[in-house]
Amino acid sequence: MPFFGDRPAGGPPPAVSVSERGASEGNGGAHGGGNAGARAGGSAAGRAGAWLATHPMPLLFLVLCAVGIRLAGLSLPFVAEEVLTRLCRDTVLALALILPITAGMGLNFALPVGAMAAQGGLLIATCAGLSGDAAVGTALAVALPLSALLGALIGMVLNRVKGREMIVSIVIGLLGSNLYQLLCLGVPGRLIAVANPSVLLSKGSGLRNSVDLEFFRHILRDVGHVTVGGVSFSLGSLMVVFLFAAAVHWLLRSRFGLHARAVADDRDRAALCGIVPDRVRLQAMVLSTVLGACGQLIYIQDLSILNVYTGHLLSDIFAAAALLAGGATLRSATVGQAVLGVLLFHTLFVVSPMAGQNTLSNAAIGEYCRSFIAYGVIALAILLNRRKEGMSA
Amino acid sequence: MMRHISPPTRIMLVFLVVLLTLALKAGIDPTRLAGDALRKLGMSAVLVLSLVPMMRAGMGLNFGMPIGVSAGLLGMCLSMNARLTGAAGFAAALGGAVAVGSLFGYVYGRILNVAKGREEVAGVFLGYAFLPLMSVFWTLAPFSNRKMLYPVGGQGLRPRIGLDPFFAGVLDKGFDLTVGGVAVPLGLLLFAGVLLALVALFYATATGKTFSVVGENERYARILGISVEGRRIASALLSTVLAAVGICVYAQSYGFAELYESASVMTFPAVCALLVGGASRWRAGAANALLGVAIYQTMYLLSTPVANAYLASETTELFRMVVTNGVILYAFLRR
Repeated sequence: MPFFGDRPAGGPPPAVSVSERGASEGNGGAHGGGNAGARAGGSAAGRAGAWLATHPMPLLFLVLCAVGIRLAGLSLPFVAEEVLTRLCRDTVLALALILPITAGMGLNFALPVGAMAAQGGLLIATCAGLSGDAAVGTALAVALPLSALLGALIGMVLNRVKGREMIVSIVIGLLGSNLYQLLCLGVPGRLIAVANPSVLLSKGSGLRNSVDLEFFRHILRDVGHVTVGGVSFSLGSLMVVFLFAAAVHWLLRSRFGLHARAVADDRDRAALCGIVPDRVRLQAMVLSTVLGACGQLIYIQDLSILNVYTGHLLSDIFAAAALLAGGATLRSATVGQAVLGVLLFHTLFVVSPMAGQNTLSNAAIGEYCRSFIAYGVIALAILLNRRKEGMSA
Repeated sequence: MMRHISPPTRIMLVFLVVLLTLALKAGIDPTRLAGDALRKLGMSAVLVLSLVPMMRAGMGLNFGMPIGVSAGLLGMCLSMNARLTGAAGFAAALGGAVAVGSLFGYVYGRILNVAKGREEVAGVFLGYAFLPLMSVFWTLAPFSNRKMLYPVGGQGLRPRIGLDPFFAGVLDKGFDLTVGGVAVPLGLLLFAGVLLALVALFYATATGKTFSVVGENERYARILGISVEGRRIASALLSTVLAAVGICVYAQSYGFAELYESASVMTFPAVCALLVGGASRWRAGAANALLGVAIYQTMYLLSTPVANAYLASETTELFRMVVTNGVILYAFLRR
């Protein structure tokens, strides 16, 4: 595992890392198209190569992806189609993490709470026996305000634990998940009658493990479904993801983004400028949780089946690992990094079981490797972040 | 008097009294309950105790406990692979656990020194990242005892290894005692008690006090010439070794060694128990661990019959987890 001490910090690179840069460019050459000479010329590929050389995490993932694809022996159109599907499914969840990072709160591991609000909305619509547009409307009308409310609650809690937001958000996510599961198991059929008994367990109370959402099936995915060069994907889903990405990008550029960065930089100085830090942090959390709910809705319509008790779990881990794979840190993240990260991380995710199967004749090994990578990336980001702060202090 | 008891302890005590009343109303045999509570206490005490050294050194709650637990599991597997049984098997398991735990703990401590001030969240992800690595190890390591391997294929350890042919109940069954109808697992309690006492004694010595100074005031510790980084590494090592020993004690009583993802399920209950015992950033000791594990494990034990009698039985586990995570969140909010 390469350990990149001071390279991501920016600033003038020491003499040693120049040679490292050359070496890493050679590694990425298979993808960049061998353009060491084009760097000075400023071609797009050359710029990408230069950017990669200063961003070790995407570079590492690019290498891992290349190795993984090679070992898995899967056809490129298959991988491309899978990755495009996951790009549509997972990007908005990764985008949801950007705003709290910008406001200096680190990774929002309470993201599953937003996902649970989305699932709650869908479940209420299903349990009420609604169908068609009425069901979709009800689900949205419940999920979005609910997620905003829960986001405000989380924001208030996190405002009381400044400096340790991440560990507390982990506990909030777990506690929220327990309560949600308790509600799903205890309320429908027992405390509240359900109009649609097919969602209940056979004993008549508690929800089934998975619920088929007929009204929600592929409502975006089936819009503008096209096949290009053997790769089929949905223009509708991509368009929606693009709109969310544009919205987050705009938010970062807006007055809100400016305030968030000021709060992250120095709360006291921001307060002197008339910004209320706690309010900005709260807003970041509300937006993040609402985006989490939207992301989960997009995810579920693509999957078309709702795993009632487990669908929200790990949404935070996947989103965080993807965002960090794209070169984000705990202090800065951009929309481009989120998109790139989802592409890289999910490519690895698609190929790793087959890669494990082919090299060690054990698919489980590939899965262990990918969960190691997901958690390891987050652990590494936390370690590196601290070191950087220590140097500046 | 009540003011000296920390709020998490107070809340949990009230909750416990309510549960106890409900349980007795539901007709639970109190002597059997007392015996079970003592056994649960002995089983988990060392795991909870393992959180104390890092807490003392100002490194917060050790959410990286799965690393220590993995070390303990490895120690047990080595002992079982050597086909040792009974007391010798358990002693060998403990020896392996301490050796592997020291190694893991040293590296863990070195890494945590990089993440100073964020040990808790770093520990969560170091622990989670370490488990898949251990899973690869469990799958590929050349263990040869068929009782540990998957029945089919002959490669890879099974997720749940029965300890009955090896050293299950070595501590429990050795010196059982019945006092007034209550079955007291004396061996288990003595083992846990000795470790608790050793940790308490260690922090009362001059060397032990230097560890506490590191946690209380780092700058002052540096002025005194104490190696802060060294003490922190030693604390992580001690926490990891105790967690490794703790899982051995737990497993011999439970009768199974659970590998793979199961190594992570001990962390949050142990953290909650220590907090219930009144531990805080400024005060954490063997006494807190003992009090906490007694209250938490009794709550855990009582919740099953109470939930069966008054609630849907499948919600019991979820209720426990709500209580566990709720107490942890509450403690964070108060700090």
